[in-house]
Formats: sequence, C-alpha cells, structure tokens
Amino acid sequence: MYQYDHYDQAMVDARVAEFRDQCQRRLEGKLTEDQFKPLRLMNGLYLQLHAYMLRVAIPYGTLSGAQMRALGNIADKFDRKYGHFTTRQNIQYNWIKLEDAPDILADLAKVEMHAIQTSGNCIRNISSDHFAGAAADEIIDPRPYAELLRQWSSFHPEFSYLPRKFKIAVIASETDRAAMRLHDIGINIVRNDAGELGAAFYVGGGMGRTPMIAPLINGFVPLDQLITYSEACLRVYNRYGRRDNKYKARVKILVHELGAEEYTRQVEEEFALLIAQSIEPPFAELERIRTYFDEPAFDADASDELDRTDPDFAVWSDRNTHPHKTPGYVSAVISLKPVGGIPGDATADQMRLMAELAEQYSFDECRVTHTQNIVLPHVRKADLFALWQKLDAAGLGTPNLDQVGDIIACPGLDYCSLANARSIPIAQQISQRFHANGKGEILGELKLKISGCINACGHHHAGHIGILGVDKKGVENYQLSLGGSEAEDTSLGKITGRGFDEAGIVDAVETSVDVYLAQRQDGERFLDTYRRIGMEPFKEALYG
Amino acid sequence: MKILTGNDLKTGAVTWWDGTGWSLHVADAADVGDDADAILAREEAARRVNAAYAIEAELTASGVRPAHIKDRIRGLGPTVRPDLTLKPEDPDAVREVI
Repeated sequence: MYQYDHYDQAMVDARVAEFRDQCQRRLEGKLTEDQFKPLRLMNGLYLQLHAYMLRVAIPYGTLSGAQMRALGNIADKFDRKYGHFTTRQNIQYNWIKLEDAPDILADLAKVEMHAIQTSGNCIRNISSDHFAGAAADEIIDPRPYAELLRQWSSFHPEFSYLPRKFKIAVIASETDRAAMRLHDIGINIVRNDAGELGAAFYVGGGMGRTPMIAPLINGFVPLDQLITYSEACLRVYNRYGRRDNKYKARVKILVHELGAEEYTRQVEEEFALLIAQSIEPPFAELERIRTYFDEPAFDADASDELDRTDPDFAVWSDRNTHPHKTPGYVSAVISLKPVGGIPGDATADQMRLMAELAEQYSFDECRVTHTQNIVLPHVRKADLFALWQKLDAAGLGTPNLDQVGDIIACPGLDYCSLANARSIPIAQQISQRFHANGKGEILGELKLKISGCINACGHHHAGHIGILGVDKKGVENYQLSLGGSEAEDTSLGKITGRGFDEAGIVDAVETSVDVYLAQRQDGERFLDTYRRIGMEPFKEALYG
Repeated sequence: MKILTGNDLKTGAVTWWDGTGWSLHVADAADVGDDADAILAREEAARRVNAAYAIEAELTASGVRPAHIKDRIRGLGPTVRPDLTLKPEDPDAVREVI
C-alpha cells in the first residue's frame, strides 16, 4: 500500500480546510456558482441529475481494509447507504449535500484518501492492473511506478490546466487488464533482450466520441527516465493540444493530427532538454516508495490444493479467481454484478464486509477493477471456501467474471447529467435474460459494455458487444457494436447498423449471441468468432 | 407550458418553481410563460436555487410532465432504484416517466 508522509497528509488536510472555507463562502453567497464550480470540481464534487456527486480517488484501485470500511461508513453517514465503483477504479457517491462535502473530505483524509484531481483538465487518478503485485504473469510489480507517477502528477503546477483531462495507466505484463492502450498515456513495463527493465510508452489512446488506440511512440524508456519522459509527453501536449475546441482537445487528437512520428520527434526533442535538467526523482525515492509495496509475508507452506467438493464453490473458484505468483494463493474477484443488479454498486454493509474479508484473508488489501468489481489479491487457497461462503451469504458470490453478466455500465441517464439514455436498465435486462435462458452458462468469455452517451464511460467501444445509448428525438435509442476489445488485442467495435429501442436492444444482443453459438468453433470466444466470420452474418441476423 | 427547475444549493435536491418558491415535486411546477429569465436571475441571486433552467412541459391528466425524459427522471429519481424515488410506494411511477 502507498503511505502518506508528513507532506502528503499536510497537503490533503490543508485542502480540506480550504474547501471547507470555499463551501461556506458559497453557502453565504460570497461566491457565485460560476466562481465556485471550478473549485468544487477540483475537489471531485459534481452537480448531477438528483444531487451533488462526489468522486473519490482510489490510487490505481488499491484500498486497505480501513479505507474500504471508511468508504462504507461515508455511504452510511452522508449518502443513501451505497456507493458506485467506476471504470476509473474510483468510487462515486450520488446523493451528497454541499454542506456535508467538507466533512466527507475530512473523513477521507483520516484514511489517506481524497477527491483531488478526480475532475478538471489535469492528470487524473493513475490506473493499473488490479492484479498488480499478485499476478503470476507480471514481470514486476507496476504499483511503485504508478505511485511515483501519482506523486509527480499530484498538484503538478505545469499540468493543472491542460487542454483537457489526462489519463495514465501502468501495467507490467503482456496481458493487459487495464485497457492500457485506451489511455492518454499507456505505460507497459517490459524487459529488453539484455534483461533490463524499461517502459514502453503508448500515447494518444482513448474512447469518447473519437475512439483511438494509442500508437507506440517509444518501445523502451529506461525506468530511471520514466518521469522525465512522461513530462516530455505532457509538455508537448500542453503546448500544442487544442484549446479552441473541447471535442478536439485530448492528446489523441494531437497525436492523430501531427502523426505519431512527428509527435514522437517533438517528445524526444523535449526529452533531450529535460534530461539535461535532471528532473527525475532520485533513485532513493523510488526505493522508498517500493518498500510500501513489499510482498506480504506469504506462507511458504501454503497448500496448493483446493477442495472442490461443493459444486457451486467449484464454479465460482473456476471463474472468479486468478493465478497468483505464489504457490498456494490466488487472487479472488468479488463480482459487483449480481443477476439483475446495478453494475458497480455496493451497499455500505457490503463495503464493510469486504473490508473485513480483506483484513482477514488478503493481507489487508483489496482492489477496485476498471470492470467495476473488487479483488482480494492474496487469498490462501485453503481459505477460499470460507471466503466464498461469506461472500455468497452477502450477495457477493456471483460466479460471472468476464461472462455476459459481468457487464460494465456507466450510471447513464438514471444519474448522469451528460447522459442521453439509461444504461443500467439495459444491463439489468441483459443480465436477467441470459440468466433465465441459461445461455449465460455456455457462452464463456463475453465482455459486454454499455455507455449512456458518447463520452463512453461504459467503455462500449471496447466491448466484445458494445451498446451506446443515444437520444433520438427525445426517445432513448441504442446502437449496437461488435468486435471491441480493451485487452492486449485492443480493437474498437464496429456499429452493426441502425439502432434499437429498449426492448429491441436486449433482443439484438441475444440475436448476436445466437449467431456466435451457431458459428463458433472449438474454444472460440465471441470475439474470436466475430473476428473470423466478420460482421455480415450478424447484420443478416439482426436486420435480415 | 414552460417551467423552471434547478437544484437546492445546500442539498442538491431537484426543485421546481411553483410560482412563489421551490418545491421538490414537479406536480407543483408553475407555468412561467415569458418570465423565465427574470425569475431565474432573481432566484439565483437570492441563493434559493442552483444551476436553474427553463424547460418545456405539458399539462396532462396526471399532472405536469416535462417534455424530455431527463427532466422526468430528475422529477422522480433514478428509475433503477424505485426505493429512492419520490414515489417509492407507487409501482407505476417509474413506467410513467419513461
């Protein structure tokens, strides 16, 4: 876990005091909404459909038990007893009162958390692999580097007013579990032929109204130049990114318009100037940070056996665990997608339970995934059955990781002021449909993602099946796309054709799945079949 | 008809201009005709509402109905959490806003 030092705590405490004063002045009428809005947004406080919404940063999705418990307690004390885990590994509260916001930030500060840089045109929360430090396939734990980037980007004076928001993901395995190439900067820590570690930089990816897959601009930046190279990437963007048009202001547009080669040339030129200025943090600082992420005291004698006598447990353990680098351990994924449930929502009681289970079974750690689930990264196989029993009793034992019911959905028109259509009811109906007809059990991996507007918070471009809600003359309408992926085989989905109404889109998903079932060959996922047979058979089935 | 809606400054709750003040219930919304801008300016200045705006609505047999689904959802609450809407006991409430 990251740890605040004296400076971190002092900065966060000072920010709470500052925001308390700003809220008070707003309530007294000394600040207008126009004056106050940028201040509240800097502290993650939005005004949404029904109330203020507070977005809390969860650095690379990592939480201690105490932090998860604090999130649950905030839901109880200040919200309506639940919270919503997001596709940026954060949490949002939907029913916040302005007069309570400073007290919430104060409660967060007590557990080394805040809502700073969860909005605005700055570098947002750094995201990472939710199995970091545990995954059997990683070449190194990426979290120290994510933390270094977090510290560098927090309150960075030069990058507080970028042309647009900026998102960075860091991974360290060939398997991409963080949608790395769909970020403004995606960093993949790699090993070169000489065995040295470095960072592959991908710049200019993103979803939104203009989805793009980030091109590789440098395949190997030595890790002791990570911050300097990041600074160079941001500087070029900050200098030339478009500020005249909000919809063309992201770095992906700059990279696209300049061309990756020219953007890279400018970055390298900037890098040459910066490297001479020695802005890279000293190695000792990275080493200090690295100690925060030391391996837990794993039991060297932990049994690698798993009692699979209970059939329901066997299904859950097959689907909802991930191989751990240490024999006798697994990473367990808690699905926040019960059949017909609201993707990503957790009650205050569930959050407190997950906190307790993290403390009891996972060395006091849990992670938020960008797919809106929770991971207990280090669970002894010998404890897995007991863990599952407690999860199942609390409605947290749904065995559907990466299945059709494990749907990413943005809050949509039920909560979000930007949305054009509701996302959650579509997710609920699809989840119920495939549970009721039993097809969900035979589909294997199928990643379905739903966004309620073109901003694509629900990652629909990257869904094997993607759904985009649009406003068609005041009526909700849904576009279907197929063939997207946010994994290491990153691809963007293609729209099938004309859209569907609410009932029609659920039928259309089932029709698409039926095409897959009819055409799949041994071992093929939905995505594999789509890539093999192309769009036409699906269009034929959907539109005749 | 034209009606005004916004959010309560302190709580963020959705409110509707009822002719003399701000109500939590869209059913109370008053037709403001051509007076929208003047009322909005006055009420924002008095800090009785936040981020207020005028919308089109119609008067139906069941009451005032905002023209756009977004405002109808604002008027009721999230359709996916009937228990958190203003009409948790009414099984038809969600269906009526869609």
